[in-house]
Amino acid sequence: MELHEYSLLELSERLRRREISAIELTEAVIQQIERLEPQIQAYITLTPDLAREMARQAQARLDAGEWNPLLGIPVAIKDNISTRGIRTTCASRILQNYIPPYDATVTARLKQAGAVILGKTNMDEFAMGSSTEYSAFHPTRNPRDLSRVPGGSSGGSAAAVAAHMAIAALGSDTGGSIRQPAAYCGVVGLKPTYGRVSRYGLIAYASSLDQIGPMTKTVADCALMMNVIAGKDPLDATSVEVPVPDYREALRADVQGLRLGVPREFFAQGVQPEVAQTVRRAIDQLADAGAIVEETSIPMVEYGLPIYYILAPAECSSNLARYDGVRYGLRVGAELGHIGMMERTRAEGFGDEVIQRIMIGTYALSAGYYDAYYLKAQKARTLLRQEFDRAMAQFDALLCPTAPTPAFKIGELISDPLAMKLMDVLTIPVNLTGLPALSVPCGSVDGLPVGLQIIGKPFDEPTVLRIGYTYEQLTRQ
Amino acid sequence: MRYIPSIGMEVHAQLLTESKMFCACPTRFGDAPNTNVCPICLGLPGTLPVPNKKAIEHVIRTALALNCRIAPVALFYRKNYFYPDLPKGYQISQYGEVHPIGTHGYLEMVVNGERKRVRIKRVHLEEDTGKLFHYLPGESEVDYNRAGVPLMEIVTDFPPDLHSPEEAKEYLLQLRAILTYLGVCDGKMEEGSLRCEPNISVAPEGAPSLGVKTELKNLNSFRSVVRGIEFEVNRQIALLERGEPVVQETRGWNEESGYSFPMRTKEYEQDYRYFPEPDIVPIQITEEWLNALRATIPELPLAKWERYQREYQLSAYDASVLTADYETAMFFEGCVAHGCEPKAACNWITVELAGRLNEDNKRISDTPLTPAHLADLLTLIKNGTISGRIAKELFDEVYQTGRMPSEIVRERGLTQISDEQVLRAVVKQVVNENHDAVQKYRSGKTGVLGFLVGQVMKATQGRANPQRVQELLREELERI
Repeated sequence: MELHEYSLLELSERLRRREISAIELTEAVIQQIERLEPQIQAYITLTPDLAREMARQAQARLDAGEWNPLLGIPVAIKDNISTRGIRTTCASRILQNYIPPYDATVTARLKQAGAVILGKTNMDEFAMGSSTEYSAFHPTRNPRDLSRVPGGSSGGSAAAVAAHMAIAALGSDTGGSIRQPAAYCGVVGLKPTYGRVSRYGLIAYASSLDQIGPMTKTVADCALMMNVIAGKDPLDATSVEVPVPDYREALRADVQGLRLGVPREFFAQGVQPEVAQTVRRAIDQLADAGAIVEETSIPMVEYGLPIYYILAPAECSSNLARYDGVRYGLRVGAELGHIGMMERTRAEGFGDEVIQRIMIGTYALSAGYYDAYYLKAQKARTLLRQEFDRAMAQFDALLCPTAPTPAFKIGELISDPLAMKLMDVLTIPVNLTGLPALSVPCGSVDGLPVGLQIIGKPFDEPTVLRIGYTYEQLTRQ
Repeated sequence: MRYIPSIGMEVHAQLLTESKMFCACPTRFGDAPNTNVCPICLGLPGTLPVPNKKAIEHVIRTALALNCRIAPVALFYRKNYFYPDLPKGYQISQYGEVHPIGTHGYLEMVVNGERKRVRIKRVHLEEDTGKLFHYLPGESEVDYNRAGVPLMEIVTDFPPDLHSPEEAKEYLLQLRAILTYLGVCDGKMEEGSLRCEPNISVAPEGAPSLGVKTELKNLNSFRSVVRGIEFEVNRQIALLERGEPVVQETRGWNEESGYSFPMRTKEYEQDYRYFPEPDIVPIQITEEWLNALRATIPELPLAKWERYQREYQLSAYDASVLTADYETAMFFEGCVAHGCEPKAACNWITVELAGRLNEDNKRISDTPLTPAHLADLLTLIKNGTISGRIAKELFDEVYQTGRMPSEIVRERGLTQISDEQVLRAVVKQVVNENHDAVQKYRSGKTGVLGFLVGQVMKATQGRANPQRVQELLREELERI
């Protein structure tokens, strides 16, 4: 097995035991990137020189006897997470040359731990999309089948981890953008509870839904990443003051007595029968391991998509107003006066999907429409949350597929935006309710990976990780 | 026909906080452009606002002082519009009838000897924008130093309770006094930390409804506010007298020419697409917090004004000068606490001290002067240790150096001369040296006595006791 193919946990052990050096590990991953990146195109910006320098620093810390699980581990960061001095584009022309003067809190925490930054990964523009095809620069290919999409919007991070072009990555999830690409690429992805991980420095799409999370090769790796990025941040007023447990402690191959609900609505909603079967088999394995599995129902789930497509565009229409060509980023039509310049800059800087969502959101918030759309969607969101609360009261977690189908072909849904949006139908309700959810690979359909989604109670990432870890151990060979 | 003006007041007060509303940048005025900025107040991608607790407390305390109902939860909204001085493309603000921190309040004031209540519709918190400059054609520059500075908006209720420029002025004076008493705003209209935009209408006496209103901008001083409102009232009355309609518009005030001019005629309704700010969680205003803040509210200007008249027998005018700002009032109270006779302290504060401060454009706290200094000085005068003239000179020195008056007196021997032998010798000398004056006196022009007293004072470097000098001079002149 090549060095870059190991998991984060294994590599950090080997670094600790000084069997390998951080420099040699980073070099191995950079070589893998050089081999595969031309086909997969997971990255927007690569920073090999920086990575080598960071690896040297990490090795110096290791040499000085310091150690933590992320010290010397090469990671990739989604290109909507601010990195000081490294171009952060959100896969948009409007930020094509934007270099942040500050680090996102998660970036700072990774650096502090001694992780090595390989580069910034591709995504759908401003995280709006489910295939990474809406990147203003290039699509990313699914390492499991190069003719297919890696999912989105964190498709670059998922593909990088799946192709061993990063040991782990950070993604962001507003409606499924970590979990769906994790499922499509056969990696592990966790959307933490809203407020668990600081959003400071995450370029906002929909502020009340966005959450940063890890994308990794294994559940254990996911826990190790969470140990570094989770926690209250004074710079994010929506991050929550709840003690951060040691997520490694949650890793017990044991679901004995856990009550797991299977909401039937998550198996309708256009879920491909083979995907449903694959996921049900995984659930049966957990039942065999001692979990108490019961069917349940959350009827409001069917409103998830319409609620989301009012609220997310509404917030996005406001969040993206700052890209006006005045202070940073693209500026077009400077000779046209400030109104003309703003109009031209935005018209040329944003892609069609982004413009469409800004338009929808602007309408949803406009006088005369606000009550019918925004306010109604907020009320429906509250009802959905209440239904989830009721269901979650009876169970330790809910189990369902992550996405209705495996990865689709590049270009297959590009002309059918509704079908594309339906790919998020099983993940969106989780963002609307703020709950944590993990996607774990659970087999395949026609050789394409399928994800099992494990939804937990607020701030109960430990139970979610424990269930995922148990499943992973049960199916190890 | 008699016309009744109706005036509504919208006041923006820049809150006295060390840092901006949502980041740690300083709020200082007058620094080089774009030096008090950071990723957050520049609205860089990915940054988030964290509310300044002090600013919220300032608004709650103001709302309490204005007798408002306090919202149980402070909520922030986004007000969306595009403008180059607005870094995020939206302003974080409170909004509507339900969500401001304070509603249903009132301010009490006294106009023409009568107590009057002005209802307050809302007191809310928002962030300021940057400032756009146009120096050259085709070019604009933006200074974001002010972007994100906390602003408090205080709006009077409708229909307006203010019906004359004098009432509007008194309202603004009283409001400014309250804000400075609370320490929430420095009240400097010239620097823009207190801004006032009145809306004005006039209607014939007894008319069932109000007239068409205009809004007045660019009022950068108290004087402008009063003159602007007076002008606008007269302009509207003149229009109505001529049978012409008043146009609903925003007008600017030109202080130099003394005219208002139309700025924006057709007020088009901008849709700000307000919605709750998702980056800030609602802030609970608990009863405990309110009680703690209530305890920090000092005696307010109107109460002090009444008490000074009652307790110290000061005139309404003196009391109003002393209570106009908190610092002066506290200085006065300090003097009284040090045993000063209130009227004497009042005179020194409102004449000598106020004069010097005005000349130097300073506040009391900019000088080394303390109530102890003034009390010491007044004691020296009262005991007859020094003359009034010496006292004035001493005051000047104390004002500049902060040295104790009694110490200076001791050091330089400035003690007043009341000794008869010493004084009589000087008086004789003056009488001998001023034949002309003496002749005039004897011919009945007794007014020259003052001149002769002056000569004695001069000869003693002002240390002679003027009463004794006068008596001795009369004796001497009668004797000749």
